[in-house]
Amino acid sequence: MQTLTPILSTVTAAFLASLVEVVEAFTIVLAVGVTRSWRPALTGAALALAVLAALVLAFGPLLALVPITTLQFVVGVLLILFGMRWLRKAILRSVGVIALHDEEAAFAKETAALNRQANDRRADYLAGLASFKAVLLEGVEVVFIVIAVGAAHGQTLYASLGALAAFILVMLVGLAVHRPLARVPENALKFVVGLMLTSFGIFWTGEGIGADWPGADLALLAIFCVVALASFAMVRWLRSTYPAAAGGLAR
Amino acid sequence: MNVIRLIAKEFFGMFVDDGNLALLALVLVAAVLAAVKLLALPPLLGGAVLLVGCLAILLQSVRRAASAAQR
Repeated sequence: MQTLTPILSTVTAAFLASLVEVVEAFTIVLAVGVTRSWRPALTGAALALAVLAALVLAFGPLLALVPITTLQFVVGVLLILFGMRWLRKAILRSVGVIALHDEEAAFAKETAALNRQANDRRADYLAGLASFKAVLLEGVEVVFIVIAVGAAHGQTLYASLGALAAFILVMLVGLAVHRPLARVPENALKFVVGLMLTSFGIFWTGEGIGADWPGADLALLAIFCVVALASFAMVRWLRSTYPAAAGGLAR
Repeated sequence: MNVIRLIAKEFFGMFVDDGNLALLALVLVAAVLAAVKLLALPPLLGGAVLLVGCLAILLQSVRRAASAAQR
């Protein structure tokens, strides 16, 4: 159980986080493919994947040179910042302070932008660029998540498999339905991922400063439960205290 | 060069959305680290302080955002 806990949590965190990012990138690539043509869409996406692969090959081996406690501390702090950012947004979306992310709307916005550029002689280049940027920017997050949840416990392979599974799932479903994956419960996924990444961050930062967590890796589950309970309590409290905030705007 | 700038901007944005939340989280980590290393605070207690502190910072951030949206 103590070996299985970090592996399962690593694979799950990488899978769910990557799923959200791949769905967002897929929406833009699909918009480019449908509106313009598949050539710039796939060329842009392939180039972005090549840049991401180069980044991993360039920086991945450097991680092996960092002492494990330092790596756990640095990755832990970055995960606290990254996870709490996701969790904050998910909480605010749950109570209606920030609008939910809408894949249909994102698709329509990108399609409209591409249609406006249709008569531009650089239309193919601009369409490919849109695809490139979408895959690159969402991909940077996937790369960070895989490295962050995998590296501190030597489980980059498991994290990569989780991300790969998400990529394959989105591609299969996307090719089958051939439209934006709007029915993915994105905020629920982001909520869970925010909880997991924040928990990972607190766990590893604690290990980085020398904390010998009771129950070893099982403490990760306990931290997750505490963060989850506190976050759900925040949602309930915000709904009752700031009912008029729903529909408002916040950063 | 634009690609590098794009990646760097995205990478920074991954960690900082509400600047106040990010700053407070970094101050909390630094304070816990200093307390463990310099004041001999037991590391496990430091971990517990980190957990409670992160939740307090998150609460403060969402409360502030909800309050601003209500106004």
